[in-house]
Amino acid sequence: MNVNENAASVNFVLEEPTAPRRTRLQEFWRLFRRNRLAILGLVFFVLFFCTALAGLFLTSGPDPVFDPAQIRLQEKLRPPLAKPNLDSLQADEVPTFGIYLFGTDDLGRSVFARMLQGAWVSLTVGFVAVGISVLIGIFMGGLAGYFGQHHIRVIHVLSAAALATGLGLLAAAQVYSGALFIVVALALALYRAQNGAPPARQMPLWHRLLHKKTLTVDTLIMRFVDIMLCFPSFFLILTVVALLPASIYNIMIVIGLTSWMGATRFVRAEFLSLREQDFVAAARALGLSNFRIIFRHMMPNAIAPVLVSATIGIASAILTEAGLSFLGFGVPPPHATWGNILSDGKRFIFDAPWLTFIPGFAILVVVLSFNLFGEGLRDVLNPKLRERQ
Amino acid sequence: MLSFIGRSFFQKIVTLFFVSIVSFLIIHLAPGKPSQVDPMNPKFTPEMVERFRQAFHLDKPLHVQYLYFYRDLFSGKTISWKDNQSVLKKIGERFRNSLPLFIVGTILTWTISFPVGIRSAIARGGIYDRSATFLSYFLISIPGFFFAYIMIILVVTYFHVPVIGMETFGINNTAGLSRIMDRTWHLMLPSILGATGGIAVLSRYVRGQMLEVEGQDYVRTARAKGLPADQVHYKHALRNALLPFVTMFGLILPGLIGGSVIIESIFSWPGMGRMAYEAILSRDYPVILTVNFVSAVLVLAGTFVSDLLYMVVDPRIRI
Repeated sequence: MNVNENAASVNFVLEEPTAPRRTRLQEFWRLFRRNRLAILGLVFFVLFFCTALAGLFLTSGPDPVFDPAQIRLQEKLRPPLAKPNLDSLQADEVPTFGIYLFGTDDLGRSVFARMLQGAWVSLTVGFVAVGISVLIGIFMGGLAGYFGQHHIRVIHVLSAAALATGLGLLAAAQVYSGALFIVVALALALYRAQNGAPPARQMPLWHRLLHKKTLTVDTLIMRFVDIMLCFPSFFLILTVVALLPASIYNIMIVIGLTSWMGATRFVRAEFLSLREQDFVAAARALGLSNFRIIFRHMMPNAIAPVLVSATIGIASAILTEAGLSFLGFGVPPPHATWGNILSDGKRFIFDAPWLTFIPGFAILVVVLSFNLFGEGLRDVLNPKLRERQ
Repeated sequence: MLSFIGRSFFQKIVTLFFVSIVSFLIIHLAPGKPSQVDPMNPKFTPEMVERFRQAFHLDKPLHVQYLYFYRDLFSGKTISWKDNQSVLKKIGERFRNSLPLFIVGTILTWTISFPVGIRSAIARGGIYDRSATFLSYFLISIPGFFFAYIMIILVVTYFHVPVIGMETFGINNTAGLSRIMDRTWHLMLPSILGATGGIAVLSRYVRGQMLEVEGQDYVRTARAKGLPADQVHYKHALRNALLPFVTMFGLILPGLIGGSVIIESIFSWPGMGRMAYEAILSRDYPVILTVNFVSAVLVLAGTFVSDLLYMVVDPRIRI
C-alpha cells in the first residue's frame, strides 16, 4: 500500500515537468531572436554567402554567365543600369540581361561581374584566414591550458634544436650532415622516451643535466604570444605580403599566422578554469585519454568565446584584405577584389562615383553583418551579459 | 613592488630581444634580395651589386648581419639603403609630422567616447543607446579608405577647404593667421578619420564597463539608500568603472608610431606610416627593421606603464 502510494507520487512528478523542456539550440535561438540587429547580421551573412557561391560559378569557367574580364573600350564608365550601345558591340560582348547592372569601369568591364568575382575572394580570405588562426589558437591555447604545468627539459630543447638544424641542412641540400642531425634528434627523443620517469638520485650527472627543468610549456607559449603581440599587425602583414610573391593564398596565410594570439588566450583561460572542474576530474578518473578529455569534454565548453572572436575576426580579415588590395598588394590585377575595384575606381571618383561607392558599400555591409552577428552571439553565449529579467 | 618592477622589466628586455630576432628573420628569409630591387636599371651592373652587398654586409652570414645591424642601431649609425641618410634622423623628422595627428586623434578619441559610452550605459535599451550602438558598429565596419573618400568629397564640396597634404603649397608667404587656419584644416580630416575607429571601440568598451559596475551590489545599495540618480551614476558607478581605463593610457603609446598607413597615404601626409610603407616598397630593410624595433619598444613600454598604473590605482593588485 505504502509502496504503491510512493510510486504514484513519483509518476505524478515525472509527468509534470517543472521546467520548460527546451534543447540548448532552442534556448539559444529564443535568446538570439530577440536581438534584431544580430538577426539582420545573420540575414546579410547568409545572403553574402549565397552571392559569393553563385559568383564563383557564374564568373568562372571557359564561358561564364557574367564575364568579369570582358573589355569593351567603347563602353567605358557607363553608369549603373545603363543600356549598352548595341551597334558598337560584338554579339559576345553584350552584357547578360542586356543591361549594365552596376555600370562599367574605365576599361568597359561590367562592375556587376567583377563584384560577383570579388565576393568569393572576400569570403574565402575571411574564412580561411580565421580558420588558420583559430586552429593555431586552439592548438596553442589547449597546449598551454592543459599541459601548461609540464616542464620542458634540456633534452627536449637539444633534440628540437638538432631536428631544426637537420631539417635546415636538408633544405640546404646537405643530405649527409642533415641526416646525421636528424638521427641525433631521434636518438635523444628515444632516450627521453625510455627514461620517462623523473631522474633518480643515483643517475649519472649528465643524465640529470639532460633532464634539468627549464621553462614550463605555459610560459613558453605565452611568452611567444607576447612576442607576436609586439608587432604592429597591419604593418607586419604589409611587410610580409610585400616581400612574398603576389597571391591570394599568401594573404590568407599571412593574415591567419598573425592573428591567432587572441584565440590562444581565450582557449587557455577557459582550459585553466575547466581543468579544475569536477567533470574533468571524473573523466580523468574514468581513465579517458587526454585526447578524448580535451576534445570531447573540454572543447565544447571552451569554444563559445572562440566562436565569437572568430566571427568578428572574419570581419577584420575582410577589412584587412580590402586595405591591402587598396594599397595595391595582394591579388594580381586581372582578378577582381572589392578592394582593388575601389582602388582603381578612386581616380574617377567625380566622373564615376559608382566605382567607389558600390564596392565600398558592399564591404561595409558584409563587415557590418559579421560584426553584428558576432556581437549577438556574444550576448547570447555569455550569460553574464544577458539583461536581467 | 620593486621586485615586481624589476622582474617585469627583465621580462620585457628578453621579449624585446626575441622580437628583434624574429623581425630580422622575417625580413631576411623572405624571398627576394634587396640588391635586386631594380634589376632592369642599366646602371645597376653586377659590380655595383657586389659593392652594394659589401657596403651593407649582405655577403656575411645572417647572424653576423644581425650583430652588425643592432650594433649600428644602438650606436645610432644605421643608414637607409635608399638614400644613405641616417635612419634615426629620418624617423625623427617623420615623427614630428605624425605627432600632431596623433595628439589631436587621441584627444578626440578620449573626449568623445567617454560621454557617449556612459550615456548609453545609463540609458540602456533606449533610443540613444541603440542608435549609438549601431553607429559604433557602422564606424568599426566601414573601410577607412572608403570613409576617407566620402569625407573628402563632403568637406571639399561644402566647405571649400584644402585637405590633402600638410599645408597648401606656397602658404609660407602669407600672414600668420591664415597659415594657422590652413594647417588646422589640413590636420582636421585625417585626425578625425584616424580617431573614428578608436571612438567606436572605446565607447563600446566604456559602455560595457559601466554596465558591469551598474549591476554590482554596492550600486544597488546606493540606490536603495535613496541617493539621487546622478550621484549613484557618477560617484559610485563611474569611479569604479574608470579603473581599467587608467591602464589604457599606457596602451596608446604604440599608436605614436603605428600611425595609419592607409590614411597617411590617402592624405599624402609625410608621417611615420607612409615612411614605413615607402620603405617596404623599396625594400629598405634598415628602415623597416628600425620602425619595427621602435614600435616593439613602445608596445612593451606601454604595457609596462599600464602595469605600473594598475598597481597605483588598484590596491588589490599590490601583493
